[in-house]
Amino acid sequence: MSTTETLPFTTAPSIDPYKLGHDGRRRRPDDGGAGRDYSTGHGEGGPASKRVIVAYGFWIFLLSDIVMFSAFFAAHAVLRSATAGGPSGHELFDPRSVAIETSCLLLSSFTCGLSAVAASVRSQLWTQLSLLITGILGLAFLAFEARDFMTMIAQGAGPQRSAFLSSFFSVVGLHGMHVSAGLLWLGTMMAQVFVKGFRAVIMRRLLCFNLFWHVLDIIWIALFTIVYLMGEGL
Amino acid sequence: MSNETERNVEDVGPGVMGAATSVREGILGYIIGLVLAALLTAASFAVIYTNLIWGPAIPAALVALAVAQMGVHLVFFLHLTTAPDNTNNAMALAFGVLIVALVIGGSLWIMDHLNQNMAPMHQVMQMQR
Repeated sequence: MSTTETLPFTTAPSIDPYKLGHDGRRRRPDDGGAGRDYSTGHGEGGPASKRVIVAYGFWIFLLSDIVMFSAFFAAHAVLRSATAGGPSGHELFDPRSVAIETSCLLLSSFTCGLSAVAASVRSQLWTQLSLLITGILGLAFLAFEARDFMTMIAQGAGPQRSAFLSSFFSVVGLHGMHVSAGLLWLGTMMAQVFVKGFRAVIMRRLLCFNLFWHVLDIIWIALFTIVYLMGEGL
Repeated sequence: MSNETERNVEDVGPGVMGAATSVREGILGYIIGLVLAALLTAASFAVIYTNLIWGPAIPAALVALAVAQMGVHLVFFLHLTTAPDNTNNAMALAFGVLIVALVIGGSLWIMDHLNQNMAPMHQVMQMQR
């Protein structure tokens, strides 16, 4: 895109009666390729800023991830009473451990939100600090979950014991794998914020990470309700 | 969105706070969300571990509390609103919820009918011998 290119639409708003080009602003890659928001679509300024498009695309991915989880939830709901003479959820689940895991994840979702506030005012210290607390809480969650799994397997209630336990380990393990992947992502985000600062591209990645982490907590709500609490009530 | 062209609405991506949000308002929003979510979580655990709710109503109560808490998370943590600039996000979510309801509801419905109409498992085993 050359700088001598004429911008016909900015001077004549009436030529765009349906405001397809929004308010006639045109964002240009004039920041030396550092990735500031600008649009690449047709029309004036394109359909939306890159920040909106990236976040929306990631939102679609997260919804498809939720659909995948729903299949695991459906399997668990169907197989919940298929214990094959083995232990049921009521005998296996440790309510205190589930409560601690729930608190860890809820608090980490909160501190993750605080990191978004800190990043919005470009505060390196508070962004790093809240991301660090988010990571520690996420690690604590994983540690408690791993301990639960170990205890169950030690009791002979591993995933191969019954259809109920297979589906239990699948759905809880899938969530745990998501949290693990999120922790890896969190570590790289902390490094990127530290090294590269709050560039537009880093801000977009932080936004996507925030979406990911909050959605993991929403899935955990379904998990502790359907798998643990309802399993306990049976 | 055609009726919004006059007002020239610019879409907002999911998870984005309002542009005019100050740090104090931002943090306050997350604190409100945390308190509400914690209360709803505590209520869910209380439903199971106390006798406050009539036994057969417990699953319904748990589902209601879980849906409420998901709503709190969507509003206070993901900043989803019903404003015109959020139409695309809310529509995508509505479609996701539709598919989730079809998958889970459909599986439970079908498997429940199968369980009721199928001979008990030990009879099936006998027949296969």
